[in-house]
Amino acid sequence: MANSNRPLSPHLQVYKPQITSVMSIFHRMTGVALGVGTLFLMWWLVSVAAGPEYYAFVAEIAGSIIGRLVLLGFTWALFYHLCNGLRHLYWDAGWGFELESVTRSGWLVVVASVVLTVVAWAVAYGMGG
Amino acid sequence: MSLNTPLKNVRGLGSAKDGTEHWWMQRVTAIALVPLIVAFAVIVIRATGADYASASALLANPIVTGIIILLVVATMWHAKLGLQVVIEDYVHGHAAKLFLMFANTYGCWIIGLVCVLAQLKIAFGG
Repeated sequence: MANSNRPLSPHLQVYKPQITSVMSIFHRMTGVALGVGTLFLMWWLVSVAAGPEYYAFVAEIAGSIIGRLVLLGFTWALFYHLCNGLRHLYWDAGWGFELESVTRSGWLVVVASVVLTVVAWAVAYGMGG
Repeated sequence: MSLNTPLKNVRGLGSAKDGTEHWWMQRVTAIALVPLIVAFAVIVIRATGADYASASALLANPIVTGIIILLVVATMWHAKLGLQVVIEDYVHGHAAKLFLMFANTYGCWIIGLVCVLAQLKIAFGG
């Protein structure tokens, strides 16, 4: 820390983005976002516990355009973190470390997170909107 | 000559006094969260657009209450461990790091406690 003259390794932006590194940082970012998002889970539970008036107020915010956009983002973040978390557990078991396999599981996670998000919202709207 | 006892070597906790506990609990909570998140998604889908009566009836269901409480505990535990690693990796100032580590621990406990209390009120306060 005190020694500012020591050589530095090249910083991240000199590297070409690859699916492995990009997905890794997205796992962290979605994790942090979901951590903050637990405040919304808390708000929802508190609104139901608080009674009809406060619930209606919160439901109106959640149902607004901005509310829905935020919830859509959280839905994708949740499914991404879930699917990529399963990918990490698969690695923890010692499987799937070949480059080809890592790339394939990576794209599988990306596609699955989008598909699950679309399906969840389609079913939710189909059941009552 | 090492003054380490064989017991210390066996415990393998090193200078951090923590061993693999952090890494392990991150995995234990992660595996618990897989079915819990799937169940949570179903609950949220059913609660979408619900009025107060149906939302509170849904959450007051005993199975839903159990799922929500398990979900909150596993989630806040998992979030506390994960956010801790992010702080350790990216925040280098000693004071800032210490502050954020405390805020993370307290924040996760508070959010978890408020969620559980709200859920218990919904389930039993009716």
